[in-house]
Amino acid sequence: MSVEHHEGVHRHPAPTSFIRKYIFSVDHKVIGIQYILLALAAVLVGMFMSLLMRLNLSWPGTSWPILETLFPTGAPGGVMTPEFYLSLVTMHGTIMVFFVLTTAPQGGFGNYFLPIQIGAEDMAFPVLNMLSFWVTLAGFIVILLAIFVEGNQALGETFAGLGPSFAGGSGTVGPIGGWTGYAPLSALGKIAGPGQGAGMNLWVISIAIFCVGSLLGALNFITTLLNMRTKGMTLMRMPLTCWAWFTTAVLALLSFPVLLGGGILLLLDRIANTSFFIPSGLYVSGLLSGTNPNFPLHTGGSPILWQHLFWFFGHPEVYIAILPGMGATSHILATFARKPVFGYRAMVFAIFAIGLLGFFVWGHHMFISGMSPYSAIAFSVLTLSIGVPSAVKTFNWLGTLWGGRIRFTTAMLFALGFVSLFVAGGITGLILGQSSLDLPMHDTYIVTAHFHLVMGVASIFGMFAALYFWFPKMFGRFMSESIGKIHFWLTFIGVYAIFVPMHIMGIVGMPRRFSSFQEYDFLRSLDPLVMLVTVAAVITIGAQLLFYFNVVWSIFKGKKADDNPWEATTLEWITPSPPPHDNFAGVLPTVYHGPYEYAVPGAPRDYVMQTDLDTEVPSGNGHNGHKH
Amino acid sequence: MGRVLAVIIWIITLLSVLLFVSGKWWFPTAISDHAPALDRQFMITILVVGISFTAAQIGLGWMVWKYRDTGKSGDRAVYTHGSNRLEVLWTVITAFVFIALGVMGQSVWASLRLHDAPAGSYSVSVVAQQFQWNFHYAGRDNKFGRTDPQLIDDSALNFVGLDSSDPSAADDAVTAALAIPVNRPVELRLRAKDVIHNFWVPQLRFKQDLVPGMEIKVHFTANKVGKYELACAELCGQLHFKMKSYMLVLPEEEIQALQVLPQEQFQAKMVELLAKYPLPTN
Ligand code: HEM
Ligand SMILES: [Cu+2]
Ligand SMILES: [Cu+2]
Repeated sequence: MSVEHHEGVHRHPAPTSFIRKYIFSVDHKVIGIQYILLALAAVLVGMFMSLLMRLNLSWPGTSWPILETLFPTGAPGGVMTPEFYLSLVTMHGTIMVFFVLTTAPQGGFGNYFLPIQIGAEDMAFPVLNMLSFWVTLAGFIVILLAIFVEGNQALGETFAGLGPSFAGGSGTVGPIGGWTGYAPLSALGKIAGPGQGAGMNLWVISIAIFCVGSLLGALNFITTLLNMRTKGMTLMRMPLTCWAWFTTAVLALLSFPVLLGGGILLLLDRIANTSFFIPSGLYVSGLLSGTNPNFPLHTGGSPILWQHLFWFFGHPEVYIAILPGMGATSHILATFARKPVFGYRAMVFAIFAIGLLGFFVWGHHMFISGMSPYSAIAFSVLTLSIGVPSAVKTFNWLGTLWGGRIRFTTAMLFALGFVSLFVAGGITGLILGQSSLDLPMHDTYIVTAHFHLVMGVASIFGMFAALYFWFPKMFGRFMSESIGKIHFWLTFIGVYAIFVPMHIMGIVGMPRRFSSFQEYDFLRSLDPLVMLVTVAAVITIGAQLLFYFNVVWSIFKGKKADDNPWEATTLEWITPSPPPHDNFAGVLPTVYHGPYEYAVPGAPRDYVMQTDLDTEVPSGNGHNGHKH
Repeated sequence: MGRVLAVIIWIITLLSVLLFVSGKWWFPTAISDHAPALDRQFMITILVVGISFTAAQIGLGWMVWKYRDTGKSGDRAVYTHGSNRLEVLWTVITAFVFIALGVMGQSVWASLRLHDAPAGSYSVSVVAQQFQWNFHYAGRDNKFGRTDPQLIDDSALNFVGLDSSDPSAADDAVTAALAIPVNRPVELRLRAKDVIHNFWVPQLRFKQDLVPGMEIKVHFTANKVGKYELACAELCGQLHFKMKSYMLVLPEEEIQALQVLPQEQFQAKMVELLAKYPLPTN
C-alpha cells in the first residue's frame, strides 16, 4: 500500500496526565466513548423505569415491597400512585429521546468515527467538542436531580420558599408532562398538581442545557466534515455514515435553537410570571388566575404556540435519532454482504430528502390540537411524501443484500434487524400521517407502538450494530460473538412481542399516558395483550444484562483484534486498533476509491480499501451510482 | 444462521399479520355518520401497510436465506453499484401510492373540519377541567346563557361560570354527562378551564383537544342510540386516567323532553337515562 503523505492541519500533542487523557480530554475518540458511556448509563435508568411502568399496568394495585423501600412516598405500601406512574412516563421518554438517542448515535459513534473515516486527526474544534460533552453531561445530572427533589419530601420543601412553581416533594420521580411537556400544564407550576413544581423546572433547564451541548456538537461536525477531509476524500467517496452524521448535524443546528427558545419562554412562564403559553381567564384547582399569590395573573399566551415550537424541533429530532442508525446500517450491510452499497447516490439523496422534508411535517403531531384544519391537510400530504425517501432507503438496503455473500456476524444481525424494524415501525406512519385517520388514532397506543419501533428500537438496533462492529477498533478486542448472538435473538423477538400488540391496543382505542386501564369497559378485552406485552418486556429487558456483561467482559477479556478484522474498506480500518492519539500516526492517508468497493472483479482480494493505490477498480472513480 | 434468521423473520411476520386479521380485537362498532368512510379509508391504508410490511419482510428473509455466505472460496458477490432504472421505478411507484393515500385521507377530514355545523344542529357547550367534564345545555330557549371565567366557582358548583343575571341562562342546565340526539348533526363548543384535555369517544371515531383560551367548534352526527364511554385523551395531570364521562345518544323525543327540564330535574333525568341504557358489548 502506498500512500501520499501530507501534513495534518490540526495538531495537538498527546496528553500525558490521566485527567487530560481520560476525563477532560479533547481527543474525539475519548469524547466519543464518554458519550457512549453516558448513553449506556442513561438507557439503564430509562429501561428500569419502563419496567416499573409495565408492572403497574399489568398488576394495578399490587404491592411490590421493594418499591416501598425505594420510593416511600411514590409507592406507599408498595403500590404505585398515578402521579408516580406519570412521572415515570415523562422521565423514561425524556431520558430515552435526549440522553440515549441523541447522544450515542451522533456524539458517540459520530465523534469517534467521523474524523477517522474522512482521514482527519481530530475534530475541527477539539475544545468545543469537549465542552459539548460536559454540557450534555450537566444536562443529564440536572434531570436526575428531578428524581430527588420530587421524590424527597424534605428536599422538595426547601425549594418551596422560592415561589409557587419551585416546591418539589410530590412523591414522584420527576415532572408530569410527558416528553412533550405540553403547556399550560407544564407552565402553571405547583397549582396544576403533583409533578408541576421543582421537577418541572429542572426538566426545562435540563433540556435547555442539552440544546446548548447539541448545538456545540453540531457546529463541530459540520465544520469538520466540510473542511478536514483528507486528500482524495471527495464528498461522494465518503462512507454513508458520514453523510448521515453530517445531515444529522445540520438538522440539530436548525432545530435545537427553536427548542432552546421555547424552553426559555416556558421557564419564564413558570418562574417570572410571563404568559407566553398561558392564556387569560384560567381557573385551576379552585383558583382564578390573578386572584391569589399562588396563581398570579396570566394573560395573552397561546398553548398551541408551545406545540409548534416543540414539534418544529420534535419531528427533526426523530430523524436526528434514526439517521445515524441508517448510516451505520448501510455501512455494515455492505461490509458483511461483501458488496458495494446499492444506489449510493440515491442513498445520499434520500438522506437529504428526509432531512429537508423533516422540517415541513411537524404539524402531523397537531392535527387535533385546534390548529387550522387547512394546514392539517398540507402537513398530512407532506408527511405521506416523506415515506418515499424512507422506502427508497429500504429498497436499496435490500438491493445491497441481493447477490451478496452475507456473513452473519452479530453486527450484521443487528443491522438486518434494523431494516426489519425500520420497515415495521415506519410503515404505520402511513396511517398516523393521515389527518382523517388521526381522529381515532391520535394519542392511543398505536402511536406508542409506531414511535417505539421506528425511533426507539430501530435506532437502538443501529447502535448495537455499530458497537458490535466498531468495538474491535475502539478497544482492540472483539465483543463475544456467542453472547452477542443470544443477545440479538432475545432482543429481536422480544421487541416485536412488546410493540406489535400495542398497535392492536391503539386500534381498540387505548389511550397512552394512562396509569391504569381499569376504569374503562371498552378496554377490558385488552387485558391479555397488556399482560403479554409486560411479560415480553421483562424478558427483553433482562436480556440486556447479557449485553452489559458482554461490553465489560470484552473490554478486558475479549479476543484480540487486528487492524482490519472485518476485511472492510474504509479509513478506520487502516489504522491500528485502537487508533493512536492523532489517528493515523502523523501520516494522513490519501483516498483513491469509493467507500464500498467489495467484490471488485480482478482485484486480488474481495475488497479494495479506499487507500489501495495499485488496484484498478473498473468503474474508476468510486462515485458511480449511475453505472452498472 | 441466514436460514434461521429468515425463518424467524417470516414467523414474526406471520404472527403479526395473524394478530391483525384474527378479528378478536378491533375498533368498537362505529356509531357516527362519518365513520364508514373513515373505516374504509383505514382498511385501504392498513391493506397497503400490511402488504408493504409483509412484502418487505419476506424479501428481507429471502435475501438473507439465498445470499448467505456458503464459504466456497473464490466465490464473490455480484459487483454492482445499483441501477438507475430501478431507483426511478420504485421512487415513482411509492410516491404515487403514498401521496394518493395521503390525498384520499383528507376527504373525511375535510367533510368534518372545513365546514361549520349544518343549520339545525344540536349544540352543547363542553367545558373540561381537571378531572371532570361539564356539559352545558342551552335549555328551552336554545340560547346559551352568558359565561365568564370570573364567575366560575367550583365550590358553589358553578363550574362553567354561568351568569345568573343573564335571562337566557335561566333555563340552562349543566351536567357531568353528555346527551345528544340520534341522527341529527351535533355541534360541540369545546373549552377548557385549566389545561389541555381531549374529547374521545372511540365509537364516534372522533377526537378533539379542548384548549384553554380557545373555543373550538366541531360537529358530527351519531346514528345509534345508546350509552358510550367518553375519555380524556390528552395528558392533563394526576388523575387523567379517570377523567371519564358518558355520552348518551338519545331518540329525538327523549332529547326534546330532556332539553326543557330545569337544572335539577335535568340532572335527575340524566341519572335515570344513564341507568337505562347499557354499554355496548363490542
Ligand atoms: C424495553 C423497552 C421499552 C419498554 C418496555 C418501553 C415502555 C414504555 C411505556 C410503558 C411507555 C408509557 C406508555 C404510556 O403510558 O403512554 C413508554 C413511553 C415512551 N417511551 Fe418507551 N419503552 C421501551 C423503550 C424505549 C426506547 C428505547 C425509547 C427511545 C426512544 C423509548 C421512548 C419512549 C417515549 C418517547 C415515550 C413517550 C413518553 C411520553 O408519553 O411522553 N422507549 N415506553
Ligand atoms: Cu413527526
Ligand atoms: Cu386528561
